[in-house]
Amino acid sequence: MLDDVAIRIRQNIGIVTAVLLFSILYLLYNLAHPKGFSSAVLVQNGDEIFALAMLAMAQTVPVLASGLDLSVGAVMTMVGCFASYLLTGAAGGSPLHLEIFGLHLGLGIFPGGVSGILLGIVICLATGALAGFVNGCVVVYGRIQPIIATLATGAVYIGIALFLRPTPGGKIDEDLNWALTNSLGDFAATVHIFDDGGAGWFAPVAWIPVPFVLLVLIALLVWVPFRRSVLGRAVYAVGSAEGAAYMSGLPIERAKIAAFTLAGFFAGCGGLFLAIQTSSGNADIPQAGAYTLNSIASVVIGGTSLLGGTGSAIGSIFGAMVLRVISFFFRIFDIAPLLQPLFEGLILLAAVSIGALGVLRVKNTLELFR
Amino acid sequence: MPDATLSQSAFLTLSGISKRYAGVRALEGVDFACERGKIHAVLGENGAGKSTLIKIIAGVVQPDTGTMRLGGHDVTFATPSAANAAGVVCIFQELSLMPDLSVADNISIASPPRRFGLIDARAQRRRAEELLAEIGCEDVNPLMRVRDLPLSRRQVVEIAKALGKKPQLLILDEATSALTSADVEKVYAMLARLKAEGVAILYISHRMHEVEALADRASVFRNGRHIETFDQGRRSTADIVQLMIGRDIATQYPPKPARGSTKPVLTIENLSWDKRLDRISLRVGAGEIIGLGGLDGQGQKSLLLALFGVLRGVSGQITVEGRGVRPGSPAAAKSVGIALVPEDRKTEGLMLPMSISDNLVIASLDAISTGPLVDRARETDAIKRAIARLQIKIGAPGDAVATLSGGNQQKVVLAKWLMTDPKLILLNDPTRGIDVGTKQELYRLMRELADQGAAILFYSTDYDELIGCCDRVAIMYDGRIVRELEGDELTETNIIASALNIDAATPDTSGAVHA
Repeated sequence: MLDDVAIRIRQNIGIVTAVLLFSILYLLYNLAHPKGFSSAVLVQNGDEIFALAMLAMAQTVPVLASGLDLSVGAVMTMVGCFASYLLTGAAGGSPLHLEIFGLHLGLGIFPGGVSGILLGIVICLATGALAGFVNGCVVVYGRIQPIIATLATGAVYIGIALFLRPTPGGKIDEDLNWALTNSLGDFAATVHIFDDGGAGWFAPVAWIPVPFVLLVLIALLVWVPFRRSVLGRAVYAVGSAEGAAYMSGLPIERAKIAAFTLAGFFAGCGGLFLAIQTSSGNADIPQAGAYTLNSIASVVIGGTSLLGGTGSAIGSIFGAMVLRVISFFFRIFDIAPLLQPLFEGLILLAAVSIGALGVLRVKNTLELFR
Repeated sequence: MPDATLSQSAFLTLSGISKRYAGVRALEGVDFACERGKIHAVLGENGAGKSTLIKIIAGVVQPDTGTMRLGGHDVTFATPSAANAAGVVCIFQELSLMPDLSVADNISIASPPRRFGLIDARAQRRRAEELLAEIGCEDVNPLMRVRDLPLSRRQVVEIAKALGKKPQLLILDEATSALTSADVEKVYAMLARLKAEGVAILYISHRMHEVEALADRASVFRNGRHIETFDQGRRSTADIVQLMIGRDIATQYPPKPARGSTKPVLTIENLSWDKRLDRISLRVGAGEIIGLGGLDGQGQKSLLLALFGVLRGVSGQITVEGRGVRPGSPAAAKSVGIALVPEDRKTEGLMLPMSISDNLVIASLDAISTGPLVDRARETDAIKRAIARLQIKIGAPGDAVATLSGGNQQKVVLAKWLMTDPKLILLNDPTRGIDVGTKQELYRLMRELADQGAAILFYSTDYDELIGCCDRVAIMYDGRIVRELEGDELTETNIIASALNIDAATPDTSGAVHA
């Protein structure tokens, strides 16, 4: 049995490193922060981490199948723009209309109230998944390399976002914003459950930030079942040795489409949250690019090989958190904002190098190339 | 001539199967049949059409013409999984394992045990343990990643994976070429069991003694045609070889010249590495072919890698032509005149998508360059000479090296190193998965190189080959050289006894002495 544990640790050394790195950095951060170890700090951090964590998960799935998805930031931005129309929560619903090629089309009234908001959320997530599905189809049926296929579709998605929101704007229901970006207690009070969050049994968990709960739920309800499904296994197999996967009779085309669809869904979750958090839709191109690049960095820090086949979305969540904690430090140490990219880059380089330390222990240099 | 092809009791029948690849004929009007409860060997040189035949049966490629009947029904397999579903399972020479997945994942990859729709990791692990136990290889931990296993263990996993699919027709394509002799015995036992259960077995191997030991019936293929099918024992090995290559083979191995003491090219003293090489001392003279024998995984490959500068932390002395060297990388080893034909030609020996000519000159670019630029005229000339010298069968030098057959690929690897004019040639099982004809050409070439003054260190898993080719064989056991055999001592009995590290008290003179 001890053998088994040793094997598992060795095989997941990347994730273990990311978790340790995050724990150390976050402990230091809380020690240095004047209000460290408080629910308020935790809530603020949770809000800042969530979108990137989702994008990191999104990036992980295509990377496992040895393809990069350069459109995750664009999908996030596009879904955010949709959300800024569909989640207004206005009592009488909100009218939707489309102006295109000089035509003025009324699309009826999108329902308001709680049912309208729930419907809006479903539509936003479905939009993300659809965008990912399109990516997958272009890659599989167009036989185009993922990196260039998603570069193109990403530009299309940004185009749609710009079309929807030429300038930042829109509105998100205020209760929704409040309920999802604060602690569980605030959530309960807003949606009027558990005696408005006052129930005695609820008190010990009331401090937990909602974004962390959402993150854990999505990981447990979406990622874990996917990983243990035949399709999820096929994604790993495709990334490890596509020819062998084919010869083993695995559904490799379905696996690739599933990988990109899931990526679109996760990116959609990120975009939805970002819109709710900022209460607006914004077709911000530099932001979309930055999120895409940071998602790749998170995946690498989280111990997933860019060659595919090994790693996990859970590791990428920790990778994203490591990346975010680094920027938190700038606030408490009061470093000039213009120096931030420089420091972030250096720390990223150092973090990635930790993963490469194993190279020094290799005694058979041929193993480095396998 | 009685032809078993038309047997009424056939389980699988192929009639009139033809297949062309881009205009090149791979199979031409092949009729073939095999029965349940029989081991049927398929023999032929590389390029004879065996691989295409298997790929058609296993659903990897579709025939242009012809029909296939399985168990009395017409069948066509569009994909490997369709073939699997019909009980046709193939163990391919090119391993079909996913290196980053665990052994258990790999074994159950196509249809894992499930609970509530999700993969049941425990049940999957139990299944892997059971299947591995069935072929007597309980030592493989199902949690291990395939990447971390040596080649011989991977092949065991591949066999377990095939068994798990409950085959009705099992095809083994060179499936034992990387196995240790102990594992080969276990695989034989497993095949006998399957045969008794009524499974039809197609067996492709270049090792004639395996075919003799196992097969009930054999079919010979040549140039895409089915030449003859006969029951075991009706044809001698010499007959079979002649059927395969369509010409006579005078002697299997080139004669060994008698020679006195030669000046040493390589001297190793007390070479140790990481508990896997233990104080090795060896001397290889100019013109000598020295074999490395013993069971698989006793340090033979590590020794070659250590000499080639691949391993870190090597201690002891290495002397090449009187100069002490300590190569820190393959580039450094090359510069002192060492060449290595590596274990896996597809990943370590060749850049498969690159052209034949690019692969040929890649190790000797310095020799054909003026300053930083490659001299095209000298390059073309060098390529032409290399292809002629090794008689490599190619279409055009600009074709991707991946388009060549296994034997010709190995010739390209060797030719690449011969261009560097090496003093010491290290060969790591160079004849694995190569047809008889090409093997003989390689043996002849080895002897020719030795006669020209090169020193050759030759690791092989095939004892016959060691006896036939080598002037002296060093047997390794647990990282040490336990015995050096020379001249008349060089018998199969002695090699096996030394490989198992048993003292053969009296030299067995009844063992066949190959010359």
